[in-house]
Amino acid sequence: MSRLTLQQKLAILSDAAKYDASCASSGGQKRDSKDGKGIGSTTGSGICHAYAPDGRCISLLKILMTNFCIYDCAYCVNRVSSNVERARFTPEEVVELTLEFYRRNYIEGLFLSSGIIRSPDDTMADMVRIVRSLREEHAFRGYVHLKTIPDASPHLIEEAGKYADRLSINIELPTDSAVKTYAPEKDPSQIRRAMADVRVLKEARKEKTYRGRRAPRFAPAGQSTQMIVGADGANDATILRTSTRLYSGYRLKRVYYSAFSPIPDASATLPLIQPPLMREHRLYQADWLMRFYGFDAKEITAARSDGNLDLELDPKLAWALENRALFPVDVNRADRDMLLRVPGFGTRTVGRLLATRRHRTVRWEDLTRMGANLKSARSFISLPGWQAKGLDAADLRARFAPPPEQLALF
Amino acid sequence: MFRITLPEIGTFDAWRDAARRALAASIPPETVIWQRGAGEVDLFGTESAALPDVAAQAGFTVPKTYLSTVKLALWHRDPERFSRAYAVLWDLQSTPRLFEDCGDPRVAKLNALAKEVGRDKHKMTAFVRFRDIGDRTAPRRRFAAWFEPSHHIVEPTAPFFAKRFGDMDWTIFTPDLTAVFEGGKVRFEPGVEKPPLPEDATEELWGTYFRNIFNPARVKLKAMQAEMPKKYWKNMPETAHLPEMIAGARARAAEMQAAAPTLPPLRAEKVTARVSDMLGAARASGGEERMTDALASCRRCPLWQDATQAVPGEGPLDARLMFVGEQPGDREDLEGRPFVGPAGQLLDRALEATGIVRSEVYLTNAVKHFKFVPRGKRRLHQSPNRDEIDHCRWWLDLERERVRPALIVALGATALRGLTGNGDGLLKRRGKVEMSGGQPIFVTVHPSYLLRLRDAEQRQREERAFHADLKAAAEIAARMATQSATV
Repeated sequence: MSRLTLQQKLAILSDAAKYDASCASSGGQKRDSKDGKGIGSTTGSGICHAYAPDGRCISLLKILMTNFCIYDCAYCVNRVSSNVERARFTPEEVVELTLEFYRRNYIEGLFLSSGIIRSPDDTMADMVRIVRSLREEHAFRGYVHLKTIPDASPHLIEEAGKYADRLSINIELPTDSAVKTYAPEKDPSQIRRAMADVRVLKEARKEKTYRGRRAPRFAPAGQSTQMIVGADGANDATILRTSTRLYSGYRLKRVYYSAFSPIPDASATLPLIQPPLMREHRLYQADWLMRFYGFDAKEITAARSDGNLDLELDPKLAWALENRALFPVDVNRADRDMLLRVPGFGTRTVGRLLATRRHRTVRWEDLTRMGANLKSARSFISLPGWQAKGLDAADLRARFAPPPEQLALF
Repeated sequence: MFRITLPEIGTFDAWRDAARRALAASIPPETVIWQRGAGEVDLFGTESAALPDVAAQAGFTVPKTYLSTVKLALWHRDPERFSRAYAVLWDLQSTPRLFEDCGDPRVAKLNALAKEVGRDKHKMTAFVRFRDIGDRTAPRRRFAAWFEPSHHIVEPTAPFFAKRFGDMDWTIFTPDLTAVFEGGKVRFEPGVEKPPLPEDATEELWGTYFRNIFNPARVKLKAMQAEMPKKYWKNMPETAHLPEMIAGARARAAEMQAAAPTLPPLRAEKVTARVSDMLGAARASGGEERMTDALASCRRCPLWQDATQAVPGEGPLDARLMFVGEQPGDREDLEGRPFVGPAGQLLDRALEATGIVRSEVYLTNAVKHFKFVPRGKRRLHQSPNRDEIDHCRWWLDLERERVRPALIVALGATALRGLTGNGDGLLKRRGKVEMSGGQPIFVTVHPSYLLRLRDAEQRQREERAFHADLKAAAEIAARMATQSATV
């Protein structure tokens, strides 16, 4: 086998990493290199340095340490039974790429993941070594996201959390039975225990010592996970239920939904389909409603007999159409919770409405200036200058849904 | 009319100073013409005077939100930005809470300007691309970039780059202003035309990354352009690859779908067999802990579905005292150990106060999985129902059989039901010993009952009663143990 160049390795190992949707570089501790003794900063809010034509942001250098893997997960391009070309970075190469890209302002930091080689502990130890070198030898103060291997021993996870801003452990698929079918080497309860460990470690470090000193932070930007959508038969209600459980149990910062996408050299057990991109989008919208708008997972899918979100309408609008009796909402009297349920009102609009309401009556003309989307909101609100009509009209849905398309013959 | 000319460097500070003085001199907004540098010339050529030399008014405050908005809005290209900001400042005198009214057109306009500047600043932090222009081995490496911002944002954005790239020297050239960072200090120079910058080989690596991180099976061009507008493309090296990436995407995706599954490489089967052995050995603790392993895969009731793990009992198998609680809570579920949450800590204090050593007693729960409802970022405890208690009795009985304690303390109604089959009338049965399954059961409340008491006096009273119960239980257990030893 001829030796691969850095360029070839980068091509293979970034291609292998692209199925991880997470790219966030937000949250966590603020750091900088004003002292001139290192490189990098984190400001709390992430920066997307470029966008690829798949609409995904490029914020971190997202690579695998190696795509050799001893596991055989059917949905994964790097599974042991796949014939993709394999490569492995040396620790120095990862460090060099990260720093040189960072210095040119291409990236916010590194997102390092890996196929599992030899054993989970060996792999995790190698990854931790790379990040330690970045932090300690090169005084790198940018963002680091480390993929954590659930079977790795707790002391390695603890060390990983010392150097990384964010840790993530992928839940992979929405149900335990799907994980067992498609990722036979992974143990769903082990994945949950690993997430629980991360939460416990993070919370333990928040407490001050008896001298009032703060322990070094553990994964200050928290943990996240990813779920593949559309590979198994789980419906959206099941997926959202799983997310709710992850958010409440392990305080995840984010659950990423990744539409199952064709991969090179696919497994025979998982036939390739068009990635369900709209479904993925609707799931993110529903996720937002649960986290910032006070919606419960059950309400969002309650009206749907198959438990799947409406692909034609966004979930908030769909919910409002199913619960018309609660509308129109009086913009000047309704409480915050109800204002948040109005389609077309975001959290910032609601904040502005409440601030202005303290001084005067809000009028129809004010709404655009406050950032409301009137195309959606107009049917559900009343205030001086506007009274929603036709809430009981049978064609209300048709006003929002895209026109039916004639099926193409070819 | 008054004319105020603001410098191109330090514009904001100069505006603030001038606005303070103008306000002190009670100069109404409509009589002031503002301009930045000599470039922005008044079209009407109005006759104008300089600002009278008045000291800035002291003790004058503005809302924080006004200041943070103006700090951005003043860097906008809109020629009216200074007078708009001054007009709102003027109006704030008579309407101090004006800035809370987000529907007011004057406020809305300033907010809109600030938002556009904020976005432009953000895009500058994202899309500036440095090229290496120095010696790689020098103690401070040197980089330079060319950028074309939409607004006058070089000055307010430079600190971001200074904080981020502290150990290297850099220059950002723009048509408006040039920021130079040398030896840890930022300075500004006049804008320039696009300078020639030397080629940088790392751009090729970056292009390789950009091409390969793209998934051709999901093309969302609108989403890309919404966040990375075309106007920035010309100064970003990776965008040169875009046409080819987009054109080839559909064919690449179709090719992946059409390809027939291949045969796995020969080594795959061997590796899979070895991994299965390795993981099997690592995950099963074996031997002594067989019960724990069996409990971990218990599916007797549906509670396992939402819990992290089953929480087995903990303590020596020859313990004289066994405590049975209700079910694991949030902490117990995370840590996999009984009585480590708030109720557990309360129990610890009670044990200590009554001279019972935790490590010498066996602690467990009537139900082994955590039952809860998720609420945002929390999990709210729910009491297990009779069915769940009865299904889980299998495990509790097994623990009773293994430990055979002299006395079992039932903490609360759930434990009582799990132990005796009947949890009714807890308070009437409290403090007494009942026989069940040939073992004596001492009845008391669950420590979480004490946690829920809000009234301090009542809580103290109840804590004393709980301590008395534990003391009584310890004495009974000691008596029972000596009895069985003498028999």
